[in-house]
Amino acid sequence: MSPSVIFLIATAIKLGLIAFVLLTAVAYIVWVERKVIAHVQVRMGPSRVGPHGLLQPLADLVKLIAKEGVIPADVNKPLYLAAPLLAVFMALISISVIPFGTSITIMGHTTMMELADVNVGVLVILAVSSLGVYGIALGGWASNSKYSLLGGLRSSAQMISYELPMSLAIAAPLLSAGSLSLRSIVNAQSGSWYGIPHWAIFAFPFPQIFSFIIFMIAAFAETNRIPFDLPEAENELVAGFHVEYSSLGFAAFSTAEYANMVTVCSVATLLFLGGWHPLWPAHWGSDLVAPAIFALAAALCFYHGLNPARPFDRITLPVIGVVFLGCAGLFLVPMLVPILMPLFWFLAKVSFLLFVFIWIRATLPRFRYDQLMSFAWKFLFPVALVNLLITGFLVALFS
Amino acid sequence: MPPIPNGVPESFYLALSAVLFVIGVAGFVFRRNIITVFMCIELMLNAVNLSFVTFANQHKQVEGHLFTFFVMVVAAAEAAVGLAIILTVFKNRTTLNIDEVDSLKN
Amino acid sequence: MGDLLFFGIFALVAVLCAINVVVQKHPISSAISLVGVMASLAVLYLMLGGEFIAMAQIIVYAGAVMVLFVFVIMLLNAGVEVRRGRSWTATILGAPALLGLLGVLACLLARWFPNSPVIKFGDFAGGGARQVGYALFTEYLLPFEVTSVLILIAILGAVVLARKELD
Repeated sequence: MSPSVIFLIATAIKLGLIAFVLLTAVAYIVWVERKVIAHVQVRMGPSRVGPHGLLQPLADLVKLIAKEGVIPADVNKPLYLAAPLLAVFMALISISVIPFGTSITIMGHTTMMELADVNVGVLVILAVSSLGVYGIALGGWASNSKYSLLGGLRSSAQMISYELPMSLAIAAPLLSAGSLSLRSIVNAQSGSWYGIPHWAIFAFPFPQIFSFIIFMIAAFAETNRIPFDLPEAENELVAGFHVEYSSLGFAAFSTAEYANMVTVCSVATLLFLGGWHPLWPAHWGSDLVAPAIFALAAALCFYHGLNPARPFDRITLPVIGVVFLGCAGLFLVPMLVPILMPLFWFLAKVSFLLFVFIWIRATLPRFRYDQLMSFAWKFLFPVALVNLLITGFLVALFS
Repeated sequence: MPPIPNGVPESFYLALSAVLFVIGVAGFVFRRNIITVFMCIELMLNAVNLSFVTFANQHKQVEGHLFTFFVMVVAAAEAAVGLAIILTVFKNRTTLNIDEVDSLKN
Repeated sequence: MGDLLFFGIFALVAVLCAINVVVQKHPISSAISLVGVMASLAVLYLMLGGEFIAMAQIIVYAGAVMVLFVFVIMLLNAGVEVRRGRSWTATILGAPALLGLLGVLACLLARWFPNSPVIKFGDFAGGGARQVGYALFTEYLLPFEVTSVLILIAILGAVVLARKELD
């Protein structure tokens, strides 16, 4: 078979796999969020639908699809129906340039673990997040309601205000990496110096920790998460721009928000946390971290399965424990380790950042709108600018 | 039937640029809403950008891209100031129809 | 062959969206169609090897300037345009005259550029961020700084024009 046919087949398989994993992950991030917030607030969260509420996302999906989709009177119908589609479309496109690991070789054909290695990958992500404003602005306007118009305008203004510090914070690690392609940026963060990895936040000459913090703050605002979620909070402005949307439109906006979260955490991992590179070098044993974590999780499941809190946990917890032991064993197969370990480190870092998102949602109150905007323009933007200047100066001095 | 070329002839890009420019001119001349007129100006600028990038490709130089960059920057500055002016006119006259902003007429 | 196909698709999308900009009654539909024109032009820039300019077009033009347009249309609550006093002669003769002029233009272009060079995707590799950045900061530094001053003037002008009058 000609190389182009093989390329097309490989891309189609990767596309299906990434889309499936992303959509399932978005659904289960909702479950994780509800469970984590519940345990922070000393309650249980979803626990009735399936063991430990694991089938709750499925129940929510069925409910949202089966609900009657009410279209209010006097809306601009094409824009009303297109706005959630636009939001979801932009949220899902940005995953296509994100690399997840090194390369996979199957039957002699090598393929990279990403959909497209574009020379200007970082700019693609910025472009798609700029276009994501349209879904919210048009959704708010087309709903023909004062509350959704105000919420849509506020949300769009917030998103475009925080795009500036985000772009400046992204530009700083690019100076030391020297390329706009995401894979090259991660490759520039490989290796370690006496145990400290060459991640961008530990980089010489200027550790990019400030850029990381600025990027995370701007990411909270870009994805409309607490503490910047005033435009879409349930008890302000009656949920803002998606108040007139029911069933599938609301599900689309929700999917778009969580997919944006995943994208932004992946970009933070790639630019600042070293992508798929381990925390300490592989020859010091970091390959055993994954099986160790899974074995620990399996041991916890078996331990709690012995004196369970609920009667059916006597069955479900040991089963989950066996599944975790299977995963631990998978990481010990020497042929799969070069493929699975980078993927594990990447997913571990992204999951940690998502946990930080959820943790902050459970902890912090939200900003008022004028506080939010003045924070962006009067504090974050000058700080990001100064950070970029210092980084540029130091990189030029030491190169 | 001429043979199918192994790429796109450059004149196709230039013809597309000309078509977009002419459509922009038509909108600029015939529409009465000032925001739509402004958008047709942006359409004309985009058509010119396409010509610049095409010629950069023909001469294998990057200066065409630089001109496009400067046109984009100037268009952004012009859009900001122009829309601020439109907002001010709207505040005074509450109309967006350029036929009705005619108090300097005899 | 693939090049011609992609060019055909995106050129058609660009022309249809451009006609939609001019023809639609409500400014918001014109604005969305203009975003469509800019997006298809960005793809054409990618085919011409201008990867930085394509992304800059989407980030700056489609993602910021057009958002500004959409904001203003939403804030002013611009309604559909009411046409009055349009002479029927201009409407009936206008479209065919336009098509005729376009046809003359196309014939002239085909006559003046009969052997125009064929553009394949990937034959111009000088449009990346490194090349554009290098040229901007070495040979064209003065226009770059002047445009920065221009943007500053525009920001000041917009702020002055749009603020409330202190009575």
